[in-house]
Amino acid sequence: MTSKPAKAVQPKSFAFTAENLARAQKIIARYPQGRQASAVLPLLDLAQRQAGGWLPLAAMDHVAGILDMASIRVYEVATFYSMFNLDPVGRYLVQVCTTTPCWLCGSEAVAKACEDTLGIRFGETTPDGVFTLKEVECLGACVNAPMVQINDDYYEDLDADRARAVLQALKAGTKPKPGSQTGRQTSAPAGARTTLTAAKGAGGS
Amino acid sequence: MLRDSDRVFTNLYGQADWRLNGARARGDWDGTKDLIAKGRDWMVEQVKASGLRGRGGAGFPTGLKWTFMPKQPTGRPHYLVVNADEGEPGTCKDRDILRHDPHKFLEGCLLASFAMGAGTCYIYIRGEFYAEASNMQVAIDEAYAAGLIGKNACGSGFDCDIHLHRGAGAYICGEEMALIESLEGKKGQPRLKPPFPAAMGLYGCPTTVNNVETIAVVPAILRRGGAWFAGIGRPKNSGTKIFCISGHVNKPCNVEEEMGIPMRELIDRHAGGVRGGWDNLLAVIPGGSSVPVLPKSICDTVLMDFDALRDVQSGLGTAAVIVMDKSTDIVRAIARLSKFYKHESCGQCTPCREGTGWMWRVMERLVRGDARIDEIGALEEVTRQVEGHTICALGDAAAWPIQGLIRHFRPELERRIHARAAAGAARAAE
Repeated sequence: MTSKPAKAVQPKSFAFTAENLARAQKIIARYPQGRQASAVLPLLDLAQRQAGGWLPLAAMDHVAGILDMASIRVYEVATFYSMFNLDPVGRYLVQVCTTTPCWLCGSEAVAKACEDTLGIRFGETTPDGVFTLKEVECLGACVNAPMVQINDDYYEDLDADRARAVLQALKAGTKPKPGSQTGRQTSAPAGARTTLTAAKGAGGS
Repeated sequence: MLRDSDRVFTNLYGQADWRLNGARARGDWDGTKDLIAKGRDWMVEQVKASGLRGRGGAGFPTGLKWTFMPKQPTGRPHYLVVNADEGEPGTCKDRDILRHDPHKFLEGCLLASFAMGAGTCYIYIRGEFYAEASNMQVAIDEAYAAGLIGKNACGSGFDCDIHLHRGAGAYICGEEMALIESLEGKKGQPRLKPPFPAAMGLYGCPTTVNNVETIAVVPAILRRGGAWFAGIGRPKNSGTKIFCISGHVNKPCNVEEEMGIPMRELIDRHAGGVRGGWDNLLAVIPGGSSVPVLPKSICDTVLMDFDALRDVQSGLGTAAVIVMDKSTDIVRAIARLSKFYKHESCGQCTPCREGTGWMWRVMERLVRGDARIDEIGALEEVTRQVEGHTICALGDAAAWPIQGLIRHFRPELERRIHARAAAGAARAAE
């Protein structure tokens, strides 16, 4: 359960762009007639992306209007789910997983490397507004621990040096390749595979 | 060891093309129409015969669960909802299915929907899995374009829509009733059961919620027969299973293995062994963060399946094996899980809302030894008061890791308390 007081300067109005409105209609059509409230999570996500990574009150009201929901029902949802930011965040939202599987594999060193490289602590945004750093609970990439999520991308198999390298690349304006930063094949064991060693596509259903 | 030819997830690591052409080359969507033609009863019988138990953690027999759905049309829609809200710490198996084998999974969605008379299937995927949702959506679009799902799916005469629904960050939405609430556009707070989803689920209609891995093995079971699946593993613990091996191993990985494989063999064969060798092992959490930790003495011989792990007062859970070597601060490792459950409690039931915070605060003091010996007993008592007294299992999940710690590592808790008291007495004497 999360609850976050909104401190930001709120824009007076918000409306979906024509492109996003079309996306929203497509999403709403996935649910039965009269059940359009089901679309509240995807529409809030769409609104957050359009608003630059956070959800102004006006955006929640706009979504409430489209879905014919009371505004309070939308606020309730927006404050419950951890992916909705009720305050502005940097262009890059860096979320460091520190739950036990990542902690066992060195997430403290990764967190410190992020703090030192960016010069901010958990919960803070750099003065230039480019990076926000957050601590986050398990992101479900535990065999590639420790890991961080930066915007939509997972950066995995990190240590202090590799975390620093990812952030410095972003600072320099390049986007490092997401996934394992040691170059192994996704969740396979490093080195030679122990299973699925035959030709591609052998076996299975 | 499981033979490659018996493996279901042949593109587990994404080493080959995950899109429709690649999936077809691996045998997915082959003769799906013929499977549907064999009928609903035949499907349920095969799944029952396979002995498949739910892969999301609880291990309920899947075929039996399916029979709870109304046999005849009720005039209301029936729904299949697939739980892809993977977030149990240690667990990352469904992620690989979603991103690397989306078509195998989609075919399972279609077949399971047919077996339950569900005309619509929603896949609820955790919001953080953005890349996985992207692959999944591409696969859904491909399947619609190829006529595999939607109207007259695979030319079978069965109409079935499959939609992807992204969550937005809440562990509790992996609980089936919270997931249904969330899918309806509300906060993810679990509903009381009964009524069970098969009677009143999504939008008040008959609904079954199944885990991704459960659904994704269905096509293989139907093609090869329930007996094939039942022949792998042990009775009542049959089939193949994706294990996630994380923590202090040389080569952490996901791997599909036979149910009932000895834990030591699993770790040694696939994960390169424990860091520093097997004798450097301290403890293992064998099934995701919710199940009680096991000390090395049990890990030496225990088998990895539902019943074997239940017999040692733990559980298979999601089969996420979290390995801890002797360098681990075991009290801190469990205290961090207590913080996780405090963060993720939905706040609806008092024992969980208050209990998770209380247990975490005591755990933090136990890390430092800043407690009295009798507080260990008090903590154990509180875990019993939370366990079983909440609407959903999150309260249980918060209680069990602490119970496991006290059961197996009480001397370490006492040692810290005595050490801190001794240090305090020494300072006072100066």
